[in-house]
Amino acid sequence: MELLHVLAQQEPGELAEGLTAVGRGIVYGAAAIGPGIGIGIVVGNAITAMARQPEAAGMVRTTMFLGIAFTEALALFGFVLSFIVAG
Amino acid sequence: MTGAPSAAPTVPAGPAPETEVARDLARRAVPLAPVLVAACALGWGLEGALSSAYAVVLVVANFLVAAALMAWAARISVAVLMGTVLAGYLLRLGALTLAVVVVRDAGWVELVPLGLTLVITHLGLLVWEARHVSLSLAFPGLSPRAQKG
Repeated sequence: MELLHVLAQQEPGELAEGLTAVGRGIVYGAAAIGPGIGIGIVVGNAITAMARQPEAAGMVRTTMFLGIAFTEALALFGFVLSFIVAG
Repeated sequence: MTGAPSAAPTVPAGPAPETEVARDLARRAVPLAPVLVAACALGWGLEGALSSAYAVVLVVANFLVAAALMAWAARISVAVLMGTVLAGYLLRLGALTLAVVVVRDAGWVELVPLGLTLVITHLGLLVWEARHVSLSLAFPGLSPRAQKG
């Protein structure tokens, strides 16, 4: 019981600091999930396209690379937001 | 009885357009970087300029690594390509996070210009590059440059 009292003690601002870290993790995690799904869709469809039309593989790979990079920008937004807003 | 099992499907052989596009992105970052660094220097001083330059390097490295991974995986098989792209996304995001976390408390780092430059460079370069990409069978990577003379 005595130990619980000791553990429950906190410095001023510790709670806010902890909540900020949790919020940052949630923002970053949520922002990474969407692009993960998006990249899966992009690559899946690109592979289907290459299987259907092998002669267009170069074209498809170029589009896939740009598509992945554009999708990744969303994760970058979340990442930047998480550390800029939290300070 | 069906026939012998077929080999793992592979990406049709040919030059890797990703590396060509990524190299072109890096080339386009050369004139863009001084503009961003100067803008951040005006707003945040020397720390802003250094942070902005660091962000440009991170973005270009991210593109080059992504392209190299994809080109390597495409030579092996379609399944490896899929896995490499998804795992590569996580790895590169992790590496980017690590690269920022390691320096975030350094004296020369300003987080706002660093973050703004990351997003602006990434999107700006992609939009710029998208205008120069050719989607034809003859030129699957970049559009052929105009001949002079």
